[in-house]
Amino acid sequence: MSVLIFTEAVNGKIKKSSLEAVTYGSKVAAALGTQAVALNLNPGGADLSELGKYGASKVIVGKNASLASFDSQVYTAAIAEVAASVGATVVVTVNDSLGKAVAPRLSARLKAGLVAGATTLPNTAIGFNVTKNVFSGKAKAHYNIVSAVKVISLMPNAVQPEANGSAASVEEVNLNIGVSAKTVIKEVKRASTDKIALPEAELVVSAGRGMKGPENWGIVEDLANVVGAATACSRPVADIGWRPHHEHVGQTGVAIRPNLYIAIGISGAIQHLAGVNQSKTIVVINKDPEAPFFKAADYGVVGDAFEIVPRLTEAFKKYKAGH
Amino acid sequence: MKILVCISQVPDTTTKIAFTDGNTKFAEAGVQWIVNPYDEWYALVRALEIQEKGGSTVTLLNVGPAANDAVIRKALAIGGDDAVRIDADPKESYFVAAQIAAYAKSESFDLVLFGKETINYNGAEVPGMVAELLDAPFISQASKLEVEGSGIVCERPTEAGVEVVSSSTPVVVSAQKGMSEARIPNMRGIMAARTKPLKVVAAVAVDTLTEVTSFSLPDAKSAVKLISPDNMDELVRLLHEEAKVI
Ligand SMILES: Cc1cc2nc3c(=O)[nH]c(=O)nc-3n(C[C@H](O)[C@H](O)[C@H](O)COP(=O)(O)OP(=O)(O)OC[C@H]3O[C@@H](n4cnc5c(N)ncnc54)[C@H](O)[C@@H]3O)c2cc1C
Ligand SMILES: Nc1ncnc2c1ncn2[C@@H]1O[C@H](COP(=O)(O)O)[C@@H](O)[C@H]1O
Repeated sequence: MSVLIFTEAVNGKIKKSSLEAVTYGSKVAAALGTQAVALNLNPGGADLSELGKYGASKVIVGKNASLASFDSQVYTAAIAEVAASVGATVVVTVNDSLGKAVAPRLSARLKAGLVAGATTLPNTAIGFNVTKNVFSGKAKAHYNIVSAVKVISLMPNAVQPEANGSAASVEEVNLNIGVSAKTVIKEVKRASTDKIALPEAELVVSAGRGMKGPENWGIVEDLANVVGAATACSRPVADIGWRPHHEHVGQTGVAIRPNLYIAIGISGAIQHLAGVNQSKTIVVINKDPEAPFFKAADYGVVGDAFEIVPRLTEAFKKYKAGH
Repeated sequence: MKILVCISQVPDTTTKIAFTDGNTKFAEAGVQWIVNPYDEWYALVRALEIQEKGGSTVTLLNVGPAANDAVIRKALAIGGDDAVRIDADPKESYFVAAQIAAYAKSESFDLVLFGKETINYNGAEVPGMVAELLDAPFISQASKLEVEGSGIVCERPTEAGVEVVSSSTPVVVSAQKGMSEARIPNMRGIMAARTKPLKVVAAVAVDTLTEVTSFSLPDAKSAVKLISPDNMDELVRLLHEEAKVI
């Protein structure tokens, strides 16, 4: 028996979300009285023994030329093969773009119930009960996974990485896999390097129709630059072409859960809130004291964004200079 | 291309979320049902755009009870040749995926299109499961889809940037914003939808792997703290000292 955690590394570094997953997986293993095994299929020079500190008793590096494809079918076969070899009863992945492609496949392949986007440790007192957000964050559902083998795709940022242990041994294993990739990544168009990718951003500055026009976004970008935040927008702003579509957050755009979300000139419609209501702290700047967004906010400033935003930027500059 | 578009029925985006039966069931009384926006705006419309270039068929598929027929007709009003409803309560992702896979296998589709997730359960679970059950490649959360020769090319935003991915067919794709623009059904579409074939198919027997034991509402947010517009230093101080987010 064991708990298997699928981890990822980029640019020679283990992803933070993978450290979270190993911390999570080792707690699940402790609750089940078994060991946590971490798996990596593309280490790219990262020091994987580090994963021991987060609770993995062993790290397996799976080797096969086809893994360079990042194809979900190949990755699923690889993880399933390792899961069988270590007798995994729980497989943990991260609910990021690779995890979202792989975890459901793994679930179907292993006939293992899946909770995608889990936010809590399993409650084993009432079965194997895991919580996730549903109805775009307007409610939570508590799921029992009733199959013998279970797959959990962990929501990034739901737990904090905890490094209390010591380095683990790393073992390389040649995998058979047995399927070949039918997809080919032809190119990765990178966002300009000075911009922070929205889904990953811890700090986000967002603006809506209250900005009146695209020519006024300078003050929003100035604030974002000083804060070190990614920029986002409401849907109508993307639809009228004031801002690029990938900045649209909400129920039908990108769903985010940063530490800080600053909303400027956004009314706070229910569909907008659905994509941002899981932010840790929400600041709302709006000239209408009745704007619904204030009900979802932690801090509010009632007034004209064109006056307030530059002042806030100055205040951040002062703060940054002193810290 | 033979295209299958899987559509789910979800509560209207403005629905007030509440539960009954000791918080074990979603309160459906008075709820307006719509086609899941990702399925309608992106998956279905893109399928129709491909069809409009000629040589393709578009079939809509829903797993659900007879009460879903109204929403299936709403989708047919946007377009599509015909629809299939697999007659079952869509209990959970694996159960639904197994139904879709069984049907898709029997009809050998070239392209099985999904929305990226349902707005009620936010699972993003069904499409990948179907891909695995069909032993097919899967491009998840695609924001662009073009047919090229006998295969497809998609764009897919990831943490690292936008991937350009090609695949052979048959292939499973889940669609998100960017793939197409929402269409509003016109009178002709609504009239035509009434007479388009809607076939009802019996479900296959499948084990369920998960069950919802209860629902709960998020912890109530404490009241907003209002800061004077003249004191932005105070806001920054609170973000640092109280909220501890900077
Ligand atoms: C099915 C469906 C899905 C949707 N999905 C999304 C989604 O994913 N994301 C999304 O954002 N929306 C979505 N919407 C749209 C949503 O309902 C709202 O229409 C939209 O969020 C409103 O955008 P807004 O707040 O920028 O504009 P408005 O509602 O026009 O609000 C502008 C705000 O700016 C304030 N303001 C004006 N001038 C100033 C000033 N000088 N200083 C400060 N404040 C000012 C006003 O008081 C007002 O509150 C969806 C709608 C539907 C029907
Ligand atoms: N009952 C259903 N019938 C048909 N398609 C469905 C059903 N449920 C989900 N889907 C499809 O699967 C996608 C992802 O759903 P989910 O995994 O539940 O988030 C949806 O966008 C639909 O395309």
